[in-house]
Amino acid sequence: MERELTCIICPRGCRMKVALEGKEVVSVEGNACPRGKTYAVTECTNPHRTVTSTVRCEDGSVLPVKTETTIAKADMEKCMREINAAVAKLPVSIGDVILSDVCGTRVIATANKNA
Amino acid sequence: MKKDLVIIGGGPAGMSAAIAAYEAGVRDMLILERDGALGGILQQCIHNGFGLHKFGEELTGPEYAWRYEKQVKELGIPYKLCTMVLSVSEDKVITATNPQDGVFEIEAKAIILAMGCRERPKGALNIAGERPAGIYSAGMAQKLVNMMGYMPGKDVVILGSGDIGLIMARRMTLEGAKVHAVCELMPYSGGLARNIEQCLNDFGIPLKLSHTVVKIHGKERLSGVTIAKVDERRRPIEGTEEYIPCDTLLLSVGLIPENELSKTAGVSLDRMTNGAVVDQDRETEIPGIFSCGNVLHVHDLVDYVSEEAEIAGLGAAAYIAGEEKKEISVFLRTDGKIRYTVPQRITAEKDVRVYFRVADVYRDVTVKVSCDGGTVLSKKKQKLAPGEMECVTVPASALEDGRELYFEVEGA
Ligand code: SF4
Repeated sequence: MERELTCIICPRGCRMKVALEGKEVVSVEGNACPRGKTYAVTECTNPHRTVTSTVRCEDGSVLPVKTETTIAKADMEKCMREINAAVAKLPVSIGDVILSDVCGTRVIATANKNA
Repeated sequence: MKKDLVIIGGGPAGMSAAIAAYEAGVRDMLILERDGALGGILQQCIHNGFGLHKFGEELTGPEYAWRYEKQVKELGIPYKLCTMVLSVSEDKVITATNPQDGVFEIEAKAIILAMGCRERPKGALNIAGERPAGIYSAGMAQKLVNMMGYMPGKDVVILGSGDIGLIMARRMTLEGAKVHAVCELMPYSGGLARNIEQCLNDFGIPLKLSHTVVKIHGKERLSGVTIAKVDERRRPIEGTEEYIPCDTLLLSVGLIPENELSKTAGVSLDRMTNGAVVDQDRETEIPGIFSCGNVLHVHDLVDYVSEEAEIAGLGAAAYIAGEEKKEISVFLRTDGKIRYTVPQRITAEKDVRVYFRVADVYRDVTVKVSCDGGTVLSKKKQKLAPGEMECVTVPASALEDGRELYFEVEGA
């Protein structure tokens, strides 16, 4: 089987052709750099994404956050549910851990916020 | 008040320019920012994908902005927030106002314009029907969701496939809304390929190319839109209408540089970029007034904004130090397939990186730069698209006073 993919690793967005035998990736074409190939393989076997969102703070304002590493694409909804249930204590500094275990990673603040 | 350098705008362009100028020796400087915080539009761009080019890692908007804000603070570069600049005169007197200082004037030796851009308003759109609540620009919706924590609606249609529209399609979906379609008037998207993949395809949101919204339904609150396919001349095709019930319509139909202040200063603007005409140092045709970032031309990557702002910062520092440019005058012209170049003119004999944007999608073509019929350089390109800025470096050896450089796409 052949699959066409757009690499999302960098804004160049290379169009790649991936040849598959069952779930096995046999070849990747069109990637301008090795990161494209790694992406193609994960994308065809176990796709991952970074989730960015906001968390409610105790004063009602919102704080931007992200997952520290990528998570399985299939877990995105679950991850969003946990993010939406969380409440952040103020003040927060950029990089602070807001949730310490969500879908195998941590959710961290991406901005500073004063109390 | 007198200052060597005043930077108008404390977003990514203003901060990068300020840091570059500081590092080149300028100390008597001030950043003026309209908002209550530094960072500009990046504050609401909470998604990742910023900084790959500049820092080799993937940052969110606020993280990217923070790298610069931190430096501004560490270097002690002064800035005033909540400060609105009212006018800039040709002799570089800035009139501004804020709650602490009232209305005040600054005489500047050099000025860097870094005001950014704004969204094209819906008024410019010309869609039939009422004007009910529920219609937002994509950037406004982004501010509501990401900064204020409000969801504008539950059932969404997006008109325009610019990057902000694509990003908001994903954002609204993640927050539980149903995005029914993204309609794009053109036969191709103006957004980055990666955003189509991870913001639409990931969630099964249909991208309807060559489609537009022809009618808005609802009196008080939006109740639906009628969309239709358009022909090559972008006119709706009768019989292709489709009604989509929705309570929210987001418009992502382009950005326009915010040049009101450049105009009060009398800076001449380029009809294609809607930004100033500048030289390789991003100096406008008024000596000592520089322009960079989205106020100069709309960028797709903030990394390039920072790069450009550094050039302007260094240019301003050299101007303040009284360095003379070796005056030559080379104008850059384009064939229309290349819509514009930045800079538009070159006034010094050195290698110059020229950024440009094309008018349409071209495949397997050659970008050629020539001077009096002689080829200066040519570069093969697999794909050129209007959504993606390109650049070439013109060597100093090709620059000769009074000549013109001609930029064209061959083989299209
Ligand atoms: S293959 Fe490499 S260059 Fe191409 S989009 Fe992916 S990361 Fe970028």
